Amino acid sequence: MMNSVPLEHILFVSTALFFIGMYGLFTRRNLITILMSIELILNSVNINFVAFNKYLYPAKLDGVFFAIFIITIAAAEAAVAIAIIINLYRSHQSIDVEDAAELKF
Amino acid sequence: MSNYLYIILIFLLPLATFLLLGLFGRKYFKTSAGFIGTLSLLTSTVLSLKAAYQYFFIDGKVDGVYQKIEAIKFTWLQFSPGISIDMGIIIDPISVMMILVVSFVSLMVHLFSLGYMKGEERFATYYAFLSLFTFSMLGLVLSTNIFQLYIFWELVGVSSFLLIGFYYQKASAVAASKKAFIVTRFADLGFLIGILILGFYGGTLDIGTLIQRLTSAQSAEYIGITTASFLGISCLTWGLVLIFIGGAGKSAMFPLHIWLPDAMEGPTPVSALIHAATMVVAGVYLVARLFPIYSIEESALHIVMYIGAFSALLAAIIACTQTDIKRVLAYSTMSQIGYMMFALGVSQNGVENNLGFTASMFHLFTHAFFKSLLFLGAGAVIHMVHSNEMKDMGGLRKWMPVTHFAFLIACLAIAGIPPFAGFFSKEEILLAAYHADKMIYGVALFTAALTAFYMFRLYFSIFWNAPVQTESHDNAHHHHHSEGTMTMKLPLIILTICAMAAGFIPFSKFITLSGTPTESHMDITFSIAPVLLAILGIAVAMKLYKNANDIPSRIASSMGGFYTAAKGKFYVDKVYLFVTKKIVFNLIGRPAAWIDKNIVDGLINFIASLTAWISSLIKGIQSGRVQNYALYFFGGVAGLSLIFIYWWK
Repeated sequence: MMNSVPLEHILFVSTALFFIGMYGLFTRRNLITILMSIELILNSVNINFVAFNKYLYPAKLDGVFFAIFIITIAAAEAAVAIAIIINLYRSHQSIDVEDAAELKF
Repeated sequence: MSNYLYIILIFLLPLATFLLLGLFGRKYFKTSAGFIGTLSLLTSTVLSLKAAYQYFFIDGKVDGVYQKIEAIKFTWLQFSPGISIDMGIIIDPISVMMILVVSFVSLMVHLFSLGYMKGEERFATYYAFLSLFTFSMLGLVLSTNIFQLYIFWELVGVSSFLLIGFYYQKASAVAASKKAFIVTRFADLGFLIGILILGFYGGTLDIGTLIQRLTSAQSAEYIGITTASFLGISCLTWGLVLIFIGGAGKSAMFPLHIWLPDAMEGPTPVSALIHAATMVVAGVYLVARLFPIYSIEESALHIVMYIGAFSALLAAIIACTQTDIKRVLAYSTMSQIGYMMFALGVSQNGVENNLGFTASMFHLFTHAFFKSLLFLGAGAVIHMVHSNEMKDMGGLRKWMPVTHFAFLIACLAIAGIPPFAGFFSKEEILLAAYHADKMIYGVALFTAALTAFYMFRLYFSIFWNAPVQTESHDNAHHHHHSEGTMTMKLPLIILTICAMAAGFIPFSKFITLSGTPTESHMDITFSIAPVLLAILGIAVAMKLYKNANDIPSRIASSMGGFYTAAKGKFYVDKVYLFVTKKIVFNLIGRPAAWIDKNIVDGLINFIASLTAWISSLIKGIQSGRVQNYALYFFGGVAGLSLIFIYWWK
């Protein structure tokens, strides 16, 4: 059952997820959407960790631990990011990333 | 050896006064500054007297020879195990004599200034500067190390700069102070190079050791410095001549004398201090301090002699034509310093026990008294008349009897009339010159007659002659002023007594080159010629200037070009101006300015504009858009990944 899905398929899924996240990160203007895109990128990495762990070192759990660790960090990161977004909204009345471009040359 | 530690107080007290008055004077001691300064200097003077008494009469002599004592010595800068700059206090006959003269004359000047400078806006600052000046000079004469001496030497230069430019709102005073500073600074360059030459070959900067090494013909240092040569002249001669250039700058010897007459822009008591006891005798002191080395190097000594004699004569001639009383005195100082210099110069081939050396120091000693007296007297006159010009004076003897008497005594002293102070010292110098070099003796004799003439020209023009009767200076004007306060008269009286009595001190019993006291003998027949010439000079001056007449102007016009040249100070200033403005400014100054403006500044400006240009090209990268930054970041990571995958195996 396990071997019916090869590793390459899973890697393909994670790569697709990563570039969908990248696409969102660069094209969206809404900060919430950008945040969601970053979560997608993180999750693609998580899939890689779990998959490599499972297929290459089935006796160990390091990759799984890493995935759990990243999920934890991602939660904290989301909290910080949303706090920044709220502050930005309070000062700019907008969460469009184009509106917050004052810090330039 | 008994304890001389208290000597450190003599020169640290003025320093303390300078700091106190300089930092807090304008706020807290606006009127009491004078008393503080005078009191501190009085203490110094008393201590100097004590030191002199202790040294000369109690314990300075060991086996009939005056010893050099190093009261304090500590290492200040250690360059290498061999060479270090030490700080210390040396006590020997000339330094003890000098601290006595310096502190005493400075005290008189402090006292006189109480009245003269009263009501000045910067009264406290003035006293602070005076203290600094006194401190520097005292430090200079007590130095054990030639580098320590140089430090104080420069301090003297700075404080004279501050004092000459004391009336800093006056453009001429500012120019004069700059001139004094630049000329002496220029000369000090020679001094510094001289120090380095002697220090390099001598292997030490300590004066005592240096003298000891360079005067013994067998020592390695002596052989080293005499065999090394530059342009065919031995390094010893170079070193000594360069040091003499430094001394000539401070002592206003030709051709570095041009700052001295201009230095008259300072307050008159300052002129008294500069001319009598401090700055100008520093050069004489320097040569005297290193005299044992000079005495073995004949050519350097000859330069000292000729420069001294020439300056003495030149200044005397110029002094006869000047009309500003302070300028006459300035040139007379230059002339008398010239006497001291050539007295040192003739000392080497002179007679018994370096008579010239003793005579020079003796003249320095007596000159300090009568010259400060002359300047303070002139100060009193200027204070009353409010003018420096002789033509604004005349007939003042009725209005200022004390000053008149003091001035008369001082003039007699400088003219060399017995029994006043100048007679004895000048007689010794003439005697030394007579034995050494007949030509120098002739010059000295002629200068002595001229000295008597111009001093009495000054005296008669101020105190006799016709009282001036013009609208601005009517006689009623004089009545408003009294002769000055007691603090102004007292120094005059004290100095008059000194000018009368100082000559009777048996100087050669105390100060000789070897330290062995000798008897000086005065040859009556020898004195006849100089005294007669001096009297002749006085008589001529009396004939010409006692009563108003037109003989002087007729003589002046009959002399024609020579008179004009002398009145124009022989155009030495003009030559300097020509050299600096036309040659130095055009050939060196302007190209240097061009290089500075175009090449040095241009290089810096080019670098700056290059940076600005590049940054304007790339500043667009910093757009402020977060997504752009993220893109760069990913681009960078992707690039690095490519590098690591394909190139970095």
